[in-house]
Amino acid sequence: MTEIMFWEAVLRAHDEELANDPMVLVMGEDVGVVGGTYKATLGLYDKYGEQRVIDTPISENGFTGLGIGASFLGVRPIIEIMSVNFAWLAMDQMFNTAAKVRYMSGGQLEAPVVVRSPGGTAHQLGSQHSARMEKVFMGIAGLRVVTPSSPRQAYGLLKSAVRCNDPVFINEHELMYNMKGEVPDEEYFHPLEGSEIARPGRDVTLFGYNISVHWCLQAAELLSKHHGIEAEVVDLYALSPLDRAGIRDSVTRTHRAVIVEEAEPMVGVGAEVMAIINEECFFELDAAPLRVSALNVPIPYNHALEKTALPDANDVVEAVRTMFGV
Amino acid sequence: MKVADKKRLLREMLFARRFEERCYEAYVERNIGGFLHLYPGEEACAHGVLEAADADKDYVITSYRDHVHAIKWGADPRKVMAELYAKETGVSKGRGGSMHIFDVKNRFMGGYALVGGPFPLAAGIAKAIQMKKGEEICICFLGDAANNQGTFHESLNMAKLWNLPVFYVCENNLYGIGTRIDRSTAVVEQYKRVSAYNIPSAQEDGQDVEKVYKAAGKAIKHVRSGKGPYFLELMTYRYRGHSMSDSNAYRARAEERMWSKRDPIIMFRDRLIEDGHLTKEEYTDMDTDILDEIENEVIAFANDSPEPPVSEVERYVLAENDPWVRGGVHK
Repeated sequence: MTEIMFWEAVLRAHDEELANDPMVLVMGEDVGVVGGTYKATLGLYDKYGEQRVIDTPISENGFTGLGIGASFLGVRPIIEIMSVNFAWLAMDQMFNTAAKVRYMSGGQLEAPVVVRSPGGTAHQLGSQHSARMEKVFMGIAGLRVVTPSSPRQAYGLLKSAVRCNDPVFINEHELMYNMKGEVPDEEYFHPLEGSEIARPGRDVTLFGYNISVHWCLQAAELLSKHHGIEAEVVDLYALSPLDRAGIRDSVTRTHRAVIVEEAEPMVGVGAEVMAIINEECFFELDAAPLRVSALNVPIPYNHALEKTALPDANDVVEAVRTMFGV
Repeated sequence: MKVADKKRLLREMLFARRFEERCYEAYVERNIGGFLHLYPGEEACAHGVLEAADADKDYVITSYRDHVHAIKWGADPRKVMAELYAKETGVSKGRGGSMHIFDVKNRFMGGYALVGGPFPLAAGIAKAIQMKKGEEICICFLGDAANNQGTFHESLNMAKLWNLPVFYVCENNLYGIGTRIDRSTAVVEQYKRVSAYNIPSAQEDGQDVEKVYKAAGKAIKHVRSGKGPYFLELMTYRYRGHSMSDSNAYRARAEERMWSKRDPIIMFRDRLIEDGHLTKEEYTDMDTDILDEIENEVIAFANDSPEPPVSEVERYVLAENDPWVRGGVHK
């Protein structure tokens, strides 16, 4: 194990996959000469050349479609979309082509592309650079959605996504690229399905993903210290397909659930996990599940307004206290 | 073109016409569902261009008006009709329908229903060819109205920037669904629009299959030689509405009559007769033979084929037994 930063983990996965298969290429805005806005492709242009580490024009739908077309012939493109807000523009090709082409061709064609993009809300970037879009992607059949909470997951998920024959959307986070964590020294492929128990506990399950796993872990420590409540934290690194069995098993142990999402509540991860709990283990519940979400507003520029619009660890603690009446 | 090839090409075009007309009937009979976009009037475009391409090498991709291109590129007409009949024996196993004809073993890379969607996919196929240092090219057929999508400009820019082996064929039938080109498009001559991307282009009579063949040959030579993309605009006309749900009320009957005098099959037939390569009797026999084949083989196959099993409705969504989904450590 070696401790590296999140962006270094993504860079290592890129480097290894480019070295492993001459059909792997990386494309996106500023991924080449500049080395990526978050350094996730730093140095790869010099190492692998402009044919395989491609600086694209600012044409998200166009270059995403180009990557998908190349994947029809066995190329394995890793497409970086500089900010998830710009991925709205590429949704036509991701949803109408990549997600559907195997199905509508009766299994003749597939689009093994990886699209990775930093999502989430950073600091005062305003409404059009603060979208949280994972809930949009996870609603589309035929598309896998994963979202790493650590350098280890970021490394291993990207490697598995490149090798997998399905299109995979990797939802990263603008605030997490400098986060440190241990990554195995040997080559490691993270599963694209399932969930991980980030902290075991017996009293309540806190479901998180990506940055909200860290809010859940902070909240769990506060709950343990101040209220004697031992929360289990389940990391839903795979948002599509969601780990129905993992969700059921944890709630069956703790009998209580709080879902923590950075996005607005409407049609989101919280709503979906609650539906799964209802369907899988309703009679195991000792309390109605709660969700901790952002407010249903475009993200404001003003710092105080922005902070109010977003959830944090304290909101998770408050939700659990409400649930327990303490 | 050799005389034998001309006669074969005429037969292929007539087959395409009769196939599409039979689709119309099958739709009225309710054997074909969904949306159905027919090709009569435009046969010289697909046939002229693809006759000039290499059937053993090149890739073809197009829009939802795709039956004829697929058949010309090697798809079994019985399996195309079976697809329209939503049968398991269809080219896309009954999952695609009229707008999603795929025949990948013959490098027919699909029909796509989003106007302008195939522009970047074609550039991507060309990028893959370039990475593999192949001699193939990708030929992308789309209508004039697709050129008002952002994907047109984004794809042309990248195709020229990276000198990709892609040949864009614009079938200009003068209407985007029901809106005439001069009411939707500031520059109606499409071949002029690509000059903004420094891509060589030409405009040709899309009703004369021999002219199309010649123009396409020049374009394909350019693209295959590594000089990058080419754009060919073919002036043509569809006899029917945009799709079966289109009443076609927006076009002047005089305009339709004018174009019917320039029918690509009749013009080619008459030229072959004038040149002494074909007799009227031969043509009539050819037509009868085609109608028999369509009824007794194509329609019969589609009719007699089974539907896909309902138990397989969730197949083809995700890859089956993909080991990378489970992850693992590799030392």
